[in-house]
Order: sequence, then C-alpha cells, then structure tokens
Amino acid sequence: MTTSFADVASSNVALRTFLHGLPGVDRVGADQRAAMLGTRSVKTTAKAEAIDLAIRMVDLTTLEGADTPGKVRAMCAKAVHPDPADPAVPKVAAVCVYPDLVAQAVGALAGSGVKVASVATAFPSGRSSLDVKVADTRLAVEAGADEIDMVIDRGAFLSGDYVKVFEEITAIKEACGRAGGAPGKEHGAHLKVILETGELATYDNVRRASWLAMLAGGDFIKTSTGKVQPAATFPVTMVMLEAVRDFLAATGRAVGVKPAGGIRTTKDAIKMLVLVNEVAGDGWLTPDLFRLGASSVLNDLLMQRQKMATGRYAGPDYFTLD
Amino acid sequence: MSRTESPARLAVRKTYKLYIGGAFPRSESGRSYAVTSSKGEFLANASRASRKDARDAVAAARKAFGGWSGATPYNRGQILYRIAEMLEGRRAQFAAELADAGTKRPGDVVDAAVDRLVWYAGWSDKIAAVAGSANPVAGPYFNISSPEPTGVVAVVAPDDPLLGLVSVVAPVIVTGNTCVVVASERAPLPAVTLAEVLATSDLPGGVVNILTGSAKEIAPWLAGHMDVNALDLTGVSDPGLAVACEEAAAENLKRVLRPAPADRADDWAADPGTRRLTAFLETKTVWHPTGI
Amino acid sequence: MFEYAPAPESRDVVDIKPSYGLFIGGEFTDGTGTPFKTVNPASEEVLSEVASASADDVDRAVRAAREAFGTWSAMPGSERAKYLFRIARIIQERSRELAVLESLDNGKPIRESRDVDLPLVAAHFFYYAGWADKLSYAGYGPSPRPLGVAGQVIPWNFPLLMLAWKIAPALACGNTVVLKPAETTPLTALLFAEICRQADLPPGVVNIVTGAGETGAALVNHPDVDKVAFTGSTEVGRLIARSVAGTRKKVTLELGGKAANIVFDDAALDQAVEGVVNGIFFNQGHVCCAGSRLLVQESIAEELLEALKRRLATLRLGDPLDKNTDIGAINSAAQLAKIRELSDHGELEGAERWSPACALPERGFWFPPTIFTGVAQSHRIAREEVFGPVLSVLTFRTPAEAVEKANNTPYGLSAGVWTEKGSRILWMADRLRAGVVWANTFNRFDPTSPFGGYKESGYGREGGRHGLEAYLDV
Repeated sequence: MTTSFADVASSNVALRTFLHGLPGVDRVGADQRAAMLGTRSVKTTAKAEAIDLAIRMVDLTTLEGADTPGKVRAMCAKAVHPDPADPAVPKVAAVCVYPDLVAQAVGALAGSGVKVASVATAFPSGRSSLDVKVADTRLAVEAGADEIDMVIDRGAFLSGDYVKVFEEITAIKEACGRAGGAPGKEHGAHLKVILETGELATYDNVRRASWLAMLAGGDFIKTSTGKVQPAATFPVTMVMLEAVRDFLAATGRAVGVKPAGGIRTTKDAIKMLVLVNEVAGDGWLTPDLFRLGASSVLNDLLMQRQKMATGRYAGPDYFTLD
Repeated sequence: MSRTESPARLAVRKTYKLYIGGAFPRSESGRSYAVTSSKGEFLANASRASRKDARDAVAAARKAFGGWSGATPYNRGQILYRIAEMLEGRRAQFAAELADAGTKRPGDVVDAAVDRLVWYAGWSDKIAAVAGSANPVAGPYFNISSPEPTGVVAVVAPDDPLLGLVSVVAPVIVTGNTCVVVASERAPLPAVTLAEVLATSDLPGGVVNILTGSAKEIAPWLAGHMDVNALDLTGVSDPGLAVACEEAAAENLKRVLRPAPADRADDWAADPGTRRLTAFLETKTVWHPTGI
Repeated sequence: MFEYAPAPESRDVVDIKPSYGLFIGGEFTDGTGTPFKTVNPASEEVLSEVASASADDVDRAVRAAREAFGTWSAMPGSERAKYLFRIARIIQERSRELAVLESLDNGKPIRESRDVDLPLVAAHFFYYAGWADKLSYAGYGPSPRPLGVAGQVIPWNFPLLMLAWKIAPALACGNTVVLKPAETTPLTALLFAEICRQADLPPGVVNIVTGAGETGAALVNHPDVDKVAFTGSTEVGRLIARSVAGTRKKVTLELGGKAANIVFDDAALDQAVEGVVNGIFFNQGHVCCAGSRLLVQESIAEELLEALKRRLATLRLGDPLDKNTDIGAINSAAQLAKIRELSDHGELEGAERWSPACALPERGFWFPPTIFTGVAQSHRIAREEVFGPVLSVLTFRTPAEAVEKANNTPYGLSAGVWTEKGSRILWMADRLRAGVVWANTFNRFDPTSPFGGYKESGYGREGGRHGLEAYLDV
C-alpha cells in the first residue's frame, strides 16, 4: 500500500469517505459494455489457445454437505489429468474444498503442481465470530491449503461497518501466515476474498467492496460463494477487473480476480477471458491473477477442445464426471 | 380635429418611438414618417426604424432570452394575463386609435385582442404537456421529449394594427421566445401604445421589441441576421419580399413560418389553435439510464 | 495481447449484381445519366455499377409517386400498416444479408450494422406501421391528411437506417416517396426496393433514384414534390432551404453537429470513457450527432485522458466484416481527404495529436482513432464537423462554463452529460441548446424517441409521435 492509503482504514468515517469517493458505476453502461465484449468472436487458433488457458485457470470446486474424501480424491485425479485420454490437456489451477477435506486434497495432489484452495470463515454466510473464522482458516492452512477463499461479512458491509470488514480480512490474512510450514509452503496461503456480489446488490458496492478487500491485503477478489444468485455475472466480473486495474495503477500491487458460480460453458469461459483481456489487460491472463471458480465448465472445455482437435462434436459420455 | 378655436389648454402630444430592450428610443437614423388616419389626416410622426435599430432590437431580444425562457411557465402566463389586463384598461385609447386607423367596430377588436392574449396566456404551462411526450424506448432508459423555445424570433406583423400584432406576438413569447416585431407600417400607432402596455405589465425588457417603419426595408435584415433563430412572415403580403426573406433565412437555417396564401391572408385572425405556438418550439429529447 | 483470430462474417449471404437500375413505379429501369461505380471502401474493390438518374428520370419517378399517391393515401390506414409490418418482417428475415451488404458498401463494422443498424431499421418500420391507422389520435387534428409526394435525400453514414427514418413515417401517413440514397452507398436501398416488391407494395409508393448531387437537386427542386426531407451536411441543407423558398413544400432537415460530451468530476468514470468512445468512434465518427468535442472538468482531465488512451489502445481497426472489428473503413476517399485536412490543420493550430499504435490496412480508406488535446474553442477542429474518428478535448471549470462552451457553436443537434448528480443533469439538460441530450449515455436511438436539431443542425424531428408531423398537412 502506498502512503496515500495508509490512513484510509483508521475509522469508519475515513473508510466511508474513501470508498464513497471512488467513481460510481452506471449499471446500464456497465451492462452494455460487458454485453458488447460478449459479442467478441474467438475462433480457430485463438479459441484453441483460450480453451487451454481457461483450463489452466479453473479452480475445480466441490462445496457440498455431501462431500467425502472419496469425492475429493476423484476430483483431484481429474484436476491433474482432466482428460485421461489426452495427456496434452493442461492441469487445472487448483481444487477448492471445505477445510476439513484439505488434507485429503493435499495428499491426492502432492507433487502435481495443482494448488489446494479451501473456503473458510464460516463459509458461505460468514455469520460467526472472528475467533471461529480465524480458527476455521488456521485449520485449513495447517492442513496444507495453498489458498484460502474467505467470505466478507456482508451484513457489516451493508450496514456501513467497513472497519469490521477490513479488520476481519486483515485478521484472516494474518491467519494465512504459516511459520515453519512445509517446504514450498513457508510463505503461507494466498488469500482470496469473496465479496458475494449477489448480496451486495449494486455495482457501486461491488467496486467499494473490491477496494476494501484489496486495501486490507487480499491477494484475489472473488465474486461469489456459488451459493447465492446471481453469482459471477459478466458485468460484475468486469467491475472487479476495473478495480484491480485501478488498484495496480494506484499502488503497484496486482490483485487477482476470480469469478465463481454460474460459469458453465466454454463460451462463458472465453467471454471471461475477453473481459480480462480488454478491461484489465493481458497482464491478468495468467492463473496467478485470474481463476475460474467452477466445476461443470471443465467438461465443456474438454468437449470443445476435442471438437477443435477432431472436427467432430463431442459427447458427455466420453468425459469423466468427477 | 378642429383648429378654428384655440383650445383652453394646449395638449401634450405623444411622441411615437420604437420599443427596444424595454426602452423607448427614437430610431438611431433620426428618421420618421407621417402617419395618417384612414381619412388621410395627419395623426403623428412615427419612427422609421433602420437596419441598425433592427440589429439593436435583436441584441436586446437575445439578451432577454435567457431570463425569459428560464422563467417558470406560470410566471410567463401571469405576465401575459397581466398584459391582457392592461390592454383592457386602455380599451378606450386603443379603440380610438383603431378608429383613426379605419378599423371597423374597434371596441370589438380590442376585446378580441384581450381575449386572444388570455387564450395564449393559459397555454404557457400546458403546451409542454400537449406537445411533449414520454417515449417508451426499448431499453433501460428514461426518455422524455419536451418543447423548448426556439430563441429569438423575428416577426413581420399583419397589417391589422392591434389584433394582428397581438395574434403573432403572444404565441411567440408565451413559450419563452423573445421577439423583434415589425409593426403595421400603415397604422403603427396602436403598436406603440401596445408597447406602453407591455412596459407596464412586468414583461422583462427585450422580450418584445417593436419596430415601426418599412417592413420591406427592415425585414430582409432580420431575415438574414445570424443571431435570429426563426422568422414569422405572416404579415408579408408582397410575395417577392417573402421569398427574399425566406432565402435570406436559409443562411443560418431559421425556422420560417411562411405567409398564408393570398386567399387565406387573414389566417392569423382565425381560431388560433396551437400552430403558432409549435412553429417556434424545438423538441428536446433527454435520455437517462435507469439502473441501481 | 490476446489476439483473436480473424472471424469474418460470410459474404456469401449477399448476391451483388454487376449493375443496378433505378426503381421507378415498381420496376427496375435504366437511368439516362452516366452510370457510376460503388466501391467497398475497405478494399477499393468495385462492387457494382449503378444507374444515375437524370432530371428526366427523377421526373418519371415523381410522376410514378404522384400516380400511386391517390390509391395509397385513400387506402385505410390499417391496410397501409400491414404493408409496413410486412416490410419490417422481411427486413428481419433478411437482416444478415442487409447487414453484410451495408458493411460492404459503407465500410462500417459488421458488429454495428448487425447489432445497431439493422435492429433499428426493422424497429422503425414496426413502430410507424402501428401509427398508420392511429393518426387521428396523434394530436394533429381529427383526420390529418398526408402531404403528397415526398422527395427524400439521405446520407451515406447510415444508408439503410436513414432510409427507414424517411420512408416509414412517410408511408404510414399516406405519402408516396422518391428517395435518393447517397452516391457512395446505394446498394442497401436497392435491396430495399427488392424487399418492397417482395412485400407486394403497390408500384410507385416507393421509388429509388440513385445518383449524385444533381440527382438530389433535381428531386428537391421538382415542382410536383410536396415535401422535402434531407439528412446530410449543413451546407447542402442551406441550399435546399434556399431553393424551396416561396414554394408550398414542407421541409425537414437533419444536418450537421459538433456535439459536446461533458464529463464532470463526479462521473461514473469507466462508463464515461465508454460513452466518449462510443460518442466519437461509433461508425468511424461518421455520425451527425457524434460527441466530437469532449468537455472535461479540469480537475479530472488528466485521469480521464489517461483512461481514454488506454481504452483506445484496445480498439480493433480493420476488416469491417470481421466480427471483432470496432473501427471500420472511412466511407470514401473524399471523406478521408477531408478528415486528413482538418486533422492536419488541428496540428498546425497547435493542438496535440494522439493515436494509439494501430496498423492501417494498405488498401482502402482508413483513419486511426485520433484525439486532439490542448484544443481551444477557436480551433477549426473544435468548430467544424470532421465527420470522422477525431475527438477534440477541451476543459472547463464550472457547470456554467461547460454550458457556455457546449452551446458556443452554430450547431445544436446533440449533447452528452456525465455526472452522478441528478439535479445537475437536469440543470444541464435544461440549458444545453441541443435536440437530443444524452445523460450518462450517448448515441442511443429508438424509433419512439424524436431526433433532430436546434439552430444550424436543421429542423423537424424524426422518430416518435413528433416524427409524424413532418409528413402530415398540419
């Protein structure tokens, strides 16, 4: 953070003054811009490259009450070899699980290069005490999670208690630290901050929450838990991409963006890449700074990939369900 | 007027001058012309406005435009109604002047002029509702069209000295335009008296500027003036002059209300309707997105 | 940068004939003038040879229209409506064909002809179709009458859309028309003639005469034309206004503009940038209502310009038929020369010129998106209509200064205001002397929304209930 933002979080008044001083977002204009970018036509070689890049950006996710070690192991296998029949298919970026299943995922992915992300902080509602949230985070971090996907306290945000949101994020960021962690994991986990934009309702709020999360030290800002609709819409993702672009210009620090929830087709995934390309710039076209939180989109990407390779339309029976 | 006996007291005669920017100047040219009654008797000397007077009148009208167009329609309506009141109060004076000008049933004509002012006064805060619209565009936008005054309107008034003048001036100004009007050349005295009415009716100076003199001389200058937005040729009876004015008006794309064809030359006297209002209105459409 | 591979729209959907005649009285006929060639401005390839209508040909067309006027105007409005609905439907059905042809002949990106022009064209016919049997309710008296034969002259920037703006209300009101498309973009009008035949429109109701300025002059000056509608330059508008003096012809003119797009310091910045881009680079800036003057509040000028330049760097210039093209070709060599001349003059006057790195194709007529900063009100690029992708940037300090500068032009077609403060928008909208004020948006069009200018931008309105007035005897 540059000095100009040093005192921004000193009080609710200071935070409010700062966040409400950000330029507004006109909803209709933002929707139109996103829709226009959605008309970009990405074909042939560009499409092939985009599909592989999208696969490399996937955070393959399972966040269900019915999750089991077996389910997680199967998903991890898929993450490493999305298409067992085609070794040229790249690995996904990460798998994303609940904290109690992190150890299973870490074991299954050891040495693969696929990262383990865990949701935390009383996901998805975030309605618990900070102590519980910190403990939840530590549990996941100590189990070996590389990335923590926390939720912000939307209630606090909507009631104007920006300091509370800010301080929770800094506390969780601290809990992501890992003294004497395993080799390669000494620096602690990366923090993704879920804004749950579907509950924030306005694009102005999305922009403010994005800045709040970035000011508090988040490494990524993420749209949604996947449990609330609407989730990762194109305009919301675009507003967040504008925020990271402006934050980099203001502070020199690049923050990543992760749309999550509702991305089901290759077309959607490629549209997201177009947004990244034309809004934040191609500097963000890397799994280090852009992820797609999804599960079903992977098979569609694989089917499209096969179609590009063989010229035939693919069928779901030829891809694994995990 | 009998001159055989010396009056007990010598009357103070009125000097008929121009009405520009709320003041009553003489023509800068120093010219005047003799106005006679319909029977040929000398009535008074009227100012014979020059092109420079026309220029000054346009400048005055432009200066007044911002304030007058920005006044509330209610306020403009009140002022027009006030003009009607003042006119009614001077009924006898106007009737006498009209009689001198040869107008038949002059009292009725003054009444008609008052009534016409009242008709237009009421339109001030209604024309937008009738001429405007809410436009249901196919998208998330609030979209509304409303009429706005065109700006400075140059008017050549019909030869009818009072009702003709009122019939062309009232619709122009009630919507917020300002005007420069060339009064009846033959019978300009009621126009100057009307200026006195205007000057005492809370009408801001410059909203109506009245020139007396030769339409043939002045109108082309007004028609060609680049700071005039519209031209009402209702009172032009010479077709050649009308064409010349319309051609000159093309230079800055003035809105032009052509004179009625000869067989409908007293068109202005008919049931007024809204045509003379809308002829000098622009439609402004404003869009704004609707979103949270 | 993530380079999208070429994504060309197929040209196979259009079948361009080697030559075209005039459409008079429901038939394609030869013209007696010297035929001219229409080229694809993106490649300079000749697309077709088109007949040129002489004064005699124009006279034939006007007579055909006059002959058709009797039955067309006497036909119940509900029947006229059905013809217009039919035309609207055929336009929808053949929309891709029309869009591709428009892009080929005009040079505009297919994304715009497909997503903007064509949907608006169809919508315009649908809209006015519905008026044909409701004219008594339009506020122009109990049974308003049509004027007769309308002579209509349209420009090359939105060939088919301008045709729709002219023909749809004219026909709905019961007039018949003779329309002259622009010399450089006649093809979609000629395809529209074919659509009229497909719709079984009675012969003579729509006549299309192609040609250059003389053809247009012959049409406007024809003594049996009752109504003249023109969209184009203020210069030609002036000539028309002069030439109709003393006639009974009713005239509507939609002319040039030099619109101010005013951005306040509290604007939604990203959307304002989009609005500025859309305002001046939509259709290569060949838009009469283009926001060609950016008036930005001094306190955010630097920030906005930086954002604008960053955004301009993402504009994709090239093949109009590529679905990802944002900036297509300049419509003609003559227009390109004019844009170059004014831009060069901008530099001479001391304004600073900037364009993003942008490779121009070797053949065809191209001009990069260009911004001039340090522009003064007195510079030609701040006063004259460039009609190209050239933005002049000026600054202001207070709302009153913004209004003063925005209005300081002989034009008055459109204006833009960007601020998050509602009362300021209304205050500004009230004071801007322009026929269309876009607040927190720009370059939006809709058949229900009246469009037209103040001052030297012309008179009369097209679109909405107001658009009927131009074609009724009121």
